[in-house]
Amino acid sequence: MEDRRIDQRLPARRRMYDRVLRFVIWGCAVLCILLVVSLIGYILIRGLPNISWQLLSSQESYLNKTIGILPSILNTLYIIIAALLIVLPLGVGAAVYLNEYAKSGRLVRIIEFTTETLAGIPSIIYGLVGMMFFCQLLSLKTSLLSGALTLVIMILPTIVRTTQESLKTVPESYREGALGLGATKWYMIRTIILPSCIDGIVTGCILAIGRIVGESAALLFTAGMGLKLLGGFFTAMGGSGATLSVALYIYAMERGKFDVAFAVAAVLMVIVLVINFAAKQLGSRLKNKR
Amino acid sequence: MKAKQKSNESLQRLRRRIRAASELVMNIFFFLCGILAIGCVALISVYMILSGIPAIREIGLGEFLLGKVWASTASEPKFGILPFILTSIYGTVGATLIGVPIGLMTAVFLAKIAPRRLADKIRPAVDLLAGIPSVVYGLIGVSVLVPFIAAVFDLPKGTSLFAAILVLSVMILPSIISVSETALSAVPPEYEEASLALGATQIETIFKVSIPAAKSGIAAGVVLGIGRAIGEAMAVMMVAGNVANMPSLFGSVTFLTTAISKEMSYSSGLQRQALFSIALVLFLFIMLINVLLNILLKKNAKGGR
Repeated sequence: MEDRRIDQRLPARRRMYDRVLRFVIWGCAVLCILLVVSLIGYILIRGLPNISWQLLSSQESYLNKTIGILPSILNTLYIIIAALLIVLPLGVGAAVYLNEYAKSGRLVRIIEFTTETLAGIPSIIYGLVGMMFFCQLLSLKTSLLSGALTLVIMILPTIVRTTQESLKTVPESYREGALGLGATKWYMIRTIILPSCIDGIVTGCILAIGRIVGESAALLFTAGMGLKLLGGFFTAMGGSGATLSVALYIYAMERGKFDVAFAVAAVLMVIVLVINFAAKQLGSRLKNKR
Repeated sequence: MKAKQKSNESLQRLRRRIRAASELVMNIFFFLCGILAIGCVALISVYMILSGIPAIREIGLGEFLLGKVWASTASEPKFGILPFILTSIYGTVGATLIGVPIGLMTAVFLAKIAPRRLADKIRPAVDLLAGIPSVVYGLIGVSVLVPFIAAVFDLPKGTSLFAAILVLSVMILPSIISVSETALSAVPPEYEEASLALGATQIETIFKVSIPAAKSGIAAGVVLGIGRAIGEAMAVMMVAGNVANMPSLFGSVTFLTTAISKEMSYSSGLQRQALFSIALVLFLFIMLINVLLNILLKKNAKGGR
């Protein structure tokens, strides 16, 4: 398919068809690229000038009439840590079960189907269920902990999927070798299987962090909209606070402070760029190993 | 001496027992993790149904689904969600109409037309679109798109169904592009070579051979995009205006998702229950889409081989 020029001997109608569609394809591709570049460029150009040290390192003060997003940054961090701490054992465990333990193909199919289903449920529904189950039934109130637990269910599919992908790349001979030397199954998983799929697990974590950072609808009713500093990790877990995305929404829609909202958007954008880059990097390492 | 040997033996027996116990514990732990996903889906379904039914019972299914007026805080409240359902459907269809052709053409470009090195540069950029948080889309929508629409179409306010459709169509692009590209790349090269050998041009081959051959994969991408569009809340809430009107292209409208998130924080009583019923309707839509997606993906996996 080297020579892609249109044969001049083709009838005019076919030549027209070819030209027009080729133009449409190029047009759409260029449009998409322009869209990405202008979206990101616009956010950074409008947001970065509004970022100052004071904004990043303080909390909102009515007395000084200053705005700071430090509480939101900390809340985001806390929720990421809490959610990952809980979801990692569960998600990796589920993937290990699917790949190493499960014998019944039917159960595996059901589990995989429900995992896919979880990935497709919109975040607002997670928000509602999280509110009813964690905040009300388990009486955790509107707190970072409720938010983190809600996010655990949400990012479970991501962790399961990436871990499973990388478990599949561990050669069968490793397992046979370990078991042949007399290792028990758990010992084999602990010392051979998990260490050799660590980059898959890390990729899953990075993708999960991306989702947590961008999430807003699920956190609105579970983690709340507080903009005050909550203190250390464990005290913060019990308090209600907004993550960066939720704070963006509050500043843009409820306070009408678009400058601050764009500054938060720029911070989010930088985080997303870093996360995407890291995931790409790890992903390509994973592929090379295969 | 003998006593030492005996204690050694018992120590070893103890160790073996611990190992067997930990083996069993881990076995159970992994099994529980495995069925956790089933538990979560069951939990969500049960909660959605249990909390959604009471209000529907009280209001009446017909009145709830087909009522054209939503006045939840009026002295004589009315709970008709037809405006929300229609808005969600129109919004999703509109976003699909704009997003699918652009996304599909871009996927064709990436899979068949662009030189590989160019495609490898563009693909991560498109993936980036998927990573942008929805509130950021909303922010750009409300600060750029909405004033633009107001100015161009000479409207008092730009917040409208049209703005929501435009934002949604950008948000569904990445899922459509990446799934369709995968499907297009999986078309066996023999098909295309045969078509080229018969004298078809490259473009003719793409549109008459490659795309038809990849159609179930492309359909899966479209369905995935539809699922994303119908479930999106925050971005839409920021640009759609959130008035419970029957949908019109340049009117302020409320989607199923935004109806829930807008009133949830201050609702109580029957109003709150009605919001859960809206969530149930949304949940049923999503489940339908999920099942459809699963069927398409299975068909695709079979066809690819």
